[in-house]
Amino acid sequence: MNRYTRERVAGVAVRAATVLVLAVMAIVIGVTLARGGRVLLANPAIVVTPPGSRYMLEANGGFLHAVLGSLFIVGPATVVSMVLAVSTAAYLQSDYSSERFSDVTNMFLNVLWGTPPIVYGVFVLTVVIALGARTSMFYGIVAIAIFQYPIMTRYTDEALRSAPDTVREATYGLGATRFESAVMTARAALPGIVAGVIMGFARGVGDAATVLFTAGRSTRMPGGLFEPATTLPVLVFDQATSFNAEVRSHAYAASFVLIVVVLGLILASKLLAGRYARFAPGGRNS
Amino acid sequence: MTDTVLETENLAVTYTGDRRVEAVKGVDLAFPENRLTAIIGPSGCGKSTYLKALDRLHDIQPNVEITGEVYLRGEPVYDTDEPAPEIRKQVGYVPQEPTALPLSIYENVAYGLRIHGLFDSKDDLDELVERHLRKVNLFEEVSDRLDAPAAGLSTGQIQRLCLARSLAVEPDVLLCDEVTSALDPISAENVEETLAELAEEYTIVMVTHSMDQAKRLADEVVFLYLGEVVETNDVRSFFEDPQHERTKRFVSGPTDDEYAVSDAT
Repeated sequence: MNRYTRERVAGVAVRAATVLVLAVMAIVIGVTLARGGRVLLANPAIVVTPPGSRYMLEANGGFLHAVLGSLFIVGPATVVSMVLAVSTAAYLQSDYSSERFSDVTNMFLNVLWGTPPIVYGVFVLTVVIALGARTSMFYGIVAIAIFQYPIMTRYTDEALRSAPDTVREATYGLGATRFESAVMTARAALPGIVAGVIMGFARGVGDAATVLFTAGRSTRMPGGLFEPATTLPVLVFDQATSFNAEVRSHAYAASFVLIVVVLGLILASKLLAGRYARFAPGGRNS
Repeated sequence: MTDTVLETENLAVTYTGDRRVEAVKGVDLAFPENRLTAIIGPSGCGKSTYLKALDRLHDIQPNVEITGEVYLRGEPVYDTDEPAPEIRKQVGYVPQEPTALPLSIYENVAYGLRIHGLFDSKDDLDELVERHLRKVNLFEEVSDRLDAPAAGLSTGQIQRLCLARSLAVEPDVLLCDEVTSALDPISAENVEETLAELAEEYTIVMVTHSMDQAKRLADEVVFLYLGEVVETNDVRSFFEDPQHERTKRFVSGPTDDEYAVSDAT
């Protein structure tokens, strides 16, 4: 095979791989949107209707409890995780931390990122049992926050790392303290940080394994911080394995909501990042 | 005889990373008030390292060892209880790379004023920002978009913005590290014109690799070679009557113009 043939073969292979990935994505999104959309169009109210007393058996009512459950668990978890992640990453990139410490911490963060979420679920469950507590929204928040932490830290760390060193030097040159300089670097890295936080939220909303053992399950509206609650991914699993065809069709509707939320979040992160990038060094012109 | 604003005594900077590099070896220099001193020398001779040491900018990176002392208006810069940021406020530093802070044009100039609390009211701040933007001949160009991101300016404009930002905190001396080297010729000329105007009322220490630039702008010239001062003199004597053999060779070497000619042929 001569070099030009090889080039053409490589080109075809790369394009084929791209098409394959895009096709799978299009099918997944398409099927969910089509089947879920049909159910939702017929009865859009199910998203905002609380479940009836025998919802899982007779599909009476809707799945507002899971929508709220997801929001109430992933929302606070994201806030907690964001504070921890941004602090960690800022520390790792600051002049307070040694290079060696940062490297070791980053290695552990990568290991955490690669850890299957079910492990976090089981870990928090162990804590719950040791405490003699029972599964509740609170432990769901803890588990999701742990799950999101390495994702957001790595994103933030990357963003801070790619913020130009000259910004740091320029602020120091003006007489900024280490803290003031770190704040300015964080501003320069804001697009990446925002993208990381939103990505963490999206991953948290979409994950079932972490909340399965920790937040418990419920077919009622979330009753309080220490009451069990269901999230959308767990609900989808329960609905999809139901023997009632109507409940099974609701699984597509719930998936539809989930996928729209996640896609919406990713889009929002792109738009927000673009907006902040205008102010970042080397950013787009106004 | 003019007053000395900044002075170094046996200042040495050593990088202690993987291998020890003595970048600046015991330099004694004095920078007189309201004069522009150009530090020239071949690449890697320790010009920028020396300049950063004047502003304690090496403090922010590990593996740098500094001995000797810098005196700012007679007060030691290193052996002092004053926090480094207070020292850096008095010594303005403009880096080689034009760097806009991720803020609006207005806030870039206001940044130093804000962190040091150097204004009384919003009107006062507006006035200070405008005055310093005018000083670097930038106000007319940006007056209609002060709230726009500074990153949207051209590199030449950003470099003048950096000058305005540094001047806004009213430093005793302004350090410029090859501030025109990253710019296109026209922007470089603008920045040079600005520097020439500023030189009348500020003490400026400028590092440059261009002898022509030193000839055009400087009052005093320092020739640094391998971390040591070879010769220092006023600009005329330096170029017309160099005392040291090495200076003679450096000065009579191909100038920028000659490079330009040989490039063209």
